[in-house]
Amino acid sequence: MSTLLEKIKKLEPPKEKRFLHTLYDGFFTFLYTPDHTTQGVGVHIRDRMDLKRTMVMVVLALQLCYVFGTYNIGHQHFLALGQHTSFLAAIHLKLAYGLIKILPIFVVTHLVGLGIEFYYAAKKGHGIEEGFLVTGALIPLIMPPDIPLWILAMAVAFAVILGKEAFGGTGMNVVNIALLSRVFVFFAYPTTISGDQCWVAGLEYANGAATGQTYGGVYHFFDWIFNGLGWATFGEGGRTVADAFTGATPLGLASQGWDKVTSVYSPMQMFWGAIPGSVGETCKPLIIIGALMLIATGIASWRIMLSCLLGAGFMAIVFNWWGFDAFMNIPWYYHFYMGSFWFAMAFMATDPVTAASTNRGKWIYGFFIGMLGIIIRVMNPAYPEGWMLAILFMNVFAPLIDHFVIESNIKRRQKLATASGN
Amino acid sequence: MRKGFTRLHLITSLLFIHQLAQAQSPSGSGANSFTMILLAIVVLIAFFIILRVSDNLVRIEANKSGLNSEDESLSSLPAASDIFKQKNGPAYAKGRYVALKKGHNILLEGKAEGPVIAANANTFALQPANFRGMSPIPKVEVEVGNTVKAGDHLFFDKKNPDVKYVSPVSGEVIAVNRGDRRSIANIVILADKQQQYRSLNAPNLETCSREELVSFLLDSGGWSFLRQRPFDIIASTTEIPDNIFVSTFDTAPLAPNLDVVMEGKGAAFQRGLDVLGKLTKGKVQLGLDATGENPPSAVFTTATGVGKTWFSGKHPVGNVGVQIHHTAPITTKNTVWTVGVQDVATIGALFTEGRFNADRVVAITGAELIQPKYVQTKIGANIGELLEGNLANDHVRILTGDVLSGSKVSKDGFLHFYDDQITVVEEGDQVEMFGWLLPDLSTPSASKALPGSRFPDTVYRANTNMHGEKRAFVVTGQYEEMLPMDIYPQHLMKAILTNDYEKMEGLGIHELIEEDVALCEFACTSKQPLQRILREGLDMVHEQG
Repeated sequence: MSTLLEKIKKLEPPKEKRFLHTLYDGFFTFLYTPDHTTQGVGVHIRDRMDLKRTMVMVVLALQLCYVFGTYNIGHQHFLALGQHTSFLAAIHLKLAYGLIKILPIFVVTHLVGLGIEFYYAAKKGHGIEEGFLVTGALIPLIMPPDIPLWILAMAVAFAVILGKEAFGGTGMNVVNIALLSRVFVFFAYPTTISGDQCWVAGLEYANGAATGQTYGGVYHFFDWIFNGLGWATFGEGGRTVADAFTGATPLGLASQGWDKVTSVYSPMQMFWGAIPGSVGETCKPLIIIGALMLIATGIASWRIMLSCLLGAGFMAIVFNWWGFDAFMNIPWYYHFYMGSFWFAMAFMATDPVTAASTNRGKWIYGFFIGMLGIIIRVMNPAYPEGWMLAILFMNVFAPLIDHFVIESNIKRRQKLATASGN
Repeated sequence: MRKGFTRLHLITSLLFIHQLAQAQSPSGSGANSFTMILLAIVVLIAFFIILRVSDNLVRIEANKSGLNSEDESLSSLPAASDIFKQKNGPAYAKGRYVALKKGHNILLEGKAEGPVIAANANTFALQPANFRGMSPIPKVEVEVGNTVKAGDHLFFDKKNPDVKYVSPVSGEVIAVNRGDRRSIANIVILADKQQQYRSLNAPNLETCSREELVSFLLDSGGWSFLRQRPFDIIASTTEIPDNIFVSTFDTAPLAPNLDVVMEGKGAAFQRGLDVLGKLTKGKVQLGLDATGENPPSAVFTTATGVGKTWFSGKHPVGNVGVQIHHTAPITTKNTVWTVGVQDVATIGALFTEGRFNADRVVAITGAELIQPKYVQTKIGANIGELLEGNLANDHVRILTGDVLSGSKVSKDGFLHFYDDQITVVEEGDQVEMFGWLLPDLSTPSASKALPGSRFPDTVYRANTNMHGEKRAFVVTGQYEEMLPMDIYPQHLMKAILTNDYEKMEGLGIHELIEEDVALCEFACTSKQPLQRILREGLDMVHEQG
């Protein structure tokens, strides 16, 4: 162990080479917690908890979503083509397919995001901060599986530079970085992230008809392995899609009423997540497990999660009561089966930097996210999901909410001062 | 108003009935248990919210029509405090009782145990830097080689020459050491074997006026024990405090048990309280410990002529600042004084014994000691002499005070004036492989993310490692959990960092001193130096007047 440490310490580049030194420092502190001790003033012992551990807890809570999301990419692909339609059929093909799709997304996200992070850390002369650990884990999960990598790279760069570094780095950003990257794609390249055609990977659309992709190099490599094992293979591809395939997500169908949705997807199917959608947001039970993990470890605020749930439930009930169109008439509890509510609630709304920072403010903040999310979902014809916009909107308003909570505390104290001053 | 409320209530109830009906009708495959549970939760919570809102509306109405809103008969709900808060403490806690939930006890190895042993310290020092609010270069009245008696004047502050700082022991002045920029670091006295005391003529407490009492305390050295809040400075000779607070228990890590410390000092303590009672326009307020099964020492429980409040909870409930907040909070307009329990006894001894009795029981604590123990010594004892032959390890940090808000001292340093504890902790200048990732049971933590939180009785061996690097404020709500006061520490810290005076005052900087935010600093995920920031803020506000 100590010899390894010595070897690593020998690699340390001189402090003048700023970028290299920052890079070295980043990797060194990843491998070892540094030997810094508390100073003479202030506390002399410190809690074991640090920002790295906080961030990695969130990343761990996301792992189940990663596993399921990866598999679901493959499953949806083959389902659309009418192959291996049972969920557990041809596991190896679906996993391999999912990995081929998700890995480049993951790698590009981190190359771009961490690259920028390293650059700014070196430029400003401070250590590499952990913020991107979580952002980088979230972004692949909220993108459609077929997102072109160059768009992804632009989105990540946009979000990290303008959303974070421009404001001063981790802890200073006003809006959620992961959502900012998604909203960038949404407004700059709307066709790649909305409509019915983007949620199932590996389909090519021509004149309204879809065909499966042809399988090239890397697939042949997998085929070579699977052949050797005597398992099913990808083949050459280029199949036409199954007759029943629509590609629409439940929310895409929901404007035509709940019956239309259930004619394609059963509630249980939506709940367990074997439906098209962004990579990580479809499987509700696994997200809930992640959310419970975050609550149990005290990393994410249960107040925000609960008030989000209440806000969404409340608004959906109001819409039921209003009953203006088919979407509003969807029973309120089914709103929790569709779309990315759970993912947004558990992992996006609870980002401590961009959420309200007072406990009372968190209740208000979460409740409004829930309400706004459902409003946008139901009433916006162009884009049938609201959490991204609702959360970004409330991110901007979180400081205002806090301001009022803080002001009430200040008022209380002033009142006391006037009372005691007499 | 009432009409509007009724309407709102009706609409909401209708809504829910409608929903219930819909959910119960067999609407296909959807009506499963998951939905039902969700429904039940939402209904329950919504019902509760409606009740709360209506309750508050009634209260507002009542307020408007001049009724007392605290009157419980107005409420349709039992107040949350009725259900959740233990109204009465343990049977022995008679009188006002405050139960605090927030905070965290850091359990460390090396608690002082056993009987109080006489210590063999021979050199003692008075350190001007211990007295906050004093200019760094006081007027020293003795020279090296002089002999002094216990209670003789050693120095005074040129800005405030009435307050005399006196020698804790009799003996020979062997050094007047200077620190940075010609400030006086300490005045060291080699104690005589046979102690001699300057004889004092205490006024008769029953008949004397406040002025006489004050001038006696100023001259005899008793004044130096009085500390004023806000700012934690030496008490002003011109202001009369609203109340004087004494905390009779210490919840800091490894803190001495004040019951042990005060054994046999009941008379002096009571007399000290009587003296303090004449100095304030309010009351002397004792904070008593109601956490344990057994009542605290009779020295505290039988004290008379004072207001008593019983407190239960976790650290920092023993901090006098927290107790002030829950008894009679400090505002921008009032001042209070605080005094330590042994200091009260010393003040009392000025009257009962007619001499400056600087005896102190000090807890010598920490996992790096061969034998943690209580020792009998005097104010400002030499650290090296107190620790002689007791260190199990050389790679340590010695602190006067506790690990959260104590000060680092060298072996030839001295116990700080107000401290009754020495802590020895291991220096943690070691790297740890994946120290940020592995679940760890060997380091104290207030976080639920570590397995230690599932075993709250675990006793730890701490070291001085940072366990991470300093970062910007990221996590929210964490400090609030560590400070049982109606204060937003993180927002206060940000106000200090941005020099926003108005907000600092508004957010209650007057109510805090370093030790109150020390636990927040310990728990801080971003490793921010909260105590330093707070002191900068306090100094800024103090300078502004």
